[in-house]
Amino acid sequence: MNLQQVSLDLFYTLIFPGFLFTAIVGLLLTWVDRKITAVVQSRIGPPWYQPFADVGKLMAKKMVAPSGSSIGFFIAPLISVAGVALASALVFRALINPQAGFVGDVIVLLYLMTLPALALIIGGASSRSPFGAIGASREMSMVLAYEVGFLLSIIAVIIQSKSIQFSGIIAYQAAHGAIAFSVSGFLALCIALLCVQAKLGFLPFDISEADTELIGGPLAEYSGSGLALFKISRAMMFFQLPAFVALLFLGANQLTLLSLIGLALKLLAVLALLILIKITHARLRLDQMLRLFWGRLAVVGLIAVVLAMVGW
Amino acid sequence: MNSRLFNWCFKKSIWVYHANAGACNGCDIEILDVLTPYYDVERFGIRIVHTPRHADALLVTGPVTRQVRERLLRLYEATPEPKLVIAVGSCATGGGIWYDSYATCGGVKNVLPVDIHIPGCPPKPEAIVYGVAQALGMVPKQVQAQTYIEE
Repeated sequence: MNLQQVSLDLFYTLIFPGFLFTAIVGLLLTWVDRKITAVVQSRIGPPWYQPFADVGKLMAKKMVAPSGSSIGFFIAPLISVAGVALASALVFRALINPQAGFVGDVIVLLYLMTLPALALIIGGASSRSPFGAIGASREMSMVLAYEVGFLLSIIAVIIQSKSIQFSGIIAYQAAHGAIAFSVSGFLALCIALLCVQAKLGFLPFDISEADTELIGGPLAEYSGSGLALFKISRAMMFFQLPAFVALLFLGANQLTLLSLIGLALKLLAVLALLILIKITHARLRLDQMLRLFWGRLAVVGLIAVVLAMVGW
Repeated sequence: MNSRLFNWCFKKSIWVYHANAGACNGCDIEILDVLTPYYDVERFGIRIVHTPRHADALLVTGPVTRQVRERLLRLYEATPEPKLVIAVGSCATGGGIWYDSYATCGGVKNVLPVDIHIPGCPPKPEAIVYGVAQALGMVPKQVQAQTYIEE
């Protein structure tokens, strides 16, 4: 591992497919989200630079730490951003350079994509606010619930493509067509979309933040740059998670212009679906959400895994 | 350069926290009207937030009763700098009909440094949007503060 290699890895993580690129595209996509919401509610909606102005303003503001808050309050936003940046670096490098991946990187990705939720739990629990504590405990139950479904859907994909390498799954789809066209793949895609909805904290699964009852839950005590980092990591997830789903289920992608346009269209289709679910649904109660994920979706996920083993 | 960029950001994105300091609910209903799709203040970057930690501006209604004074001060301290205080309605601007009551502080300006007053009982939603735009410097001010001088 020489200096050139290290600096190249830093570049990948911090600038091109990692932090900076994902943050800028993700913030633009949150504008798309807000604009679509506005159009559905027959409003005009914010201008395209609105998310950038929000984040810039939050960065300029003072960060108030509640008295008695522990060190976790300050490192939680950094953990959140670092997790998403590493995950997006892995996802997009597998697309650009299939040799760059390693065996088992899908498993590593699963862990990295859990980091933002863990950061919310750490931040909420160490903020010394009852809203933060309740939000953190709800987030904990939600992580335990939706990770089951997410894991089952990924296992179905892994069994079907016989590869635990991200680029291997993409190569399998290039040879055999999109995974979503098989029965098990379609079931897994439906579950994965609902889990992404929960991971993004979108309605009907914004139980841990619940603006009207928990005033933001774990984020209630955050201000200034801490809140800005959480907003940025949420925006990055809004780009990276749908891209992950589109790459995993919706067919092959090469580095040609046509294929990249196709990927962008698939990404926008997934995003539009997530946004429409978000606009048209009300918040579920925590117990309803747990019953949905541990009960029905887990059963559907197990069926998908069995069907994948049979070879459907 | 940096401060100019941040000033631009601050003007384009203002998150308000709505604090009722003893109002009769008339002004509060008008503030909720501003947030409906008809007026759509999100196009100016104005959003309501539910905790003072996220807020840039406090929309205070009511003449500030004695009971609520301490809470209002704590609310002001909980809001991170830089912050604006906007007094909405006749009671908040000068106490309204309770200007000399023993039970109120007679307006927000006796408790907090107010940046802009929006008079009216209650002010129209257009007036509230116009007042917030004035506080941000998006619209020039038309009235100056005046004091009474005896000749």
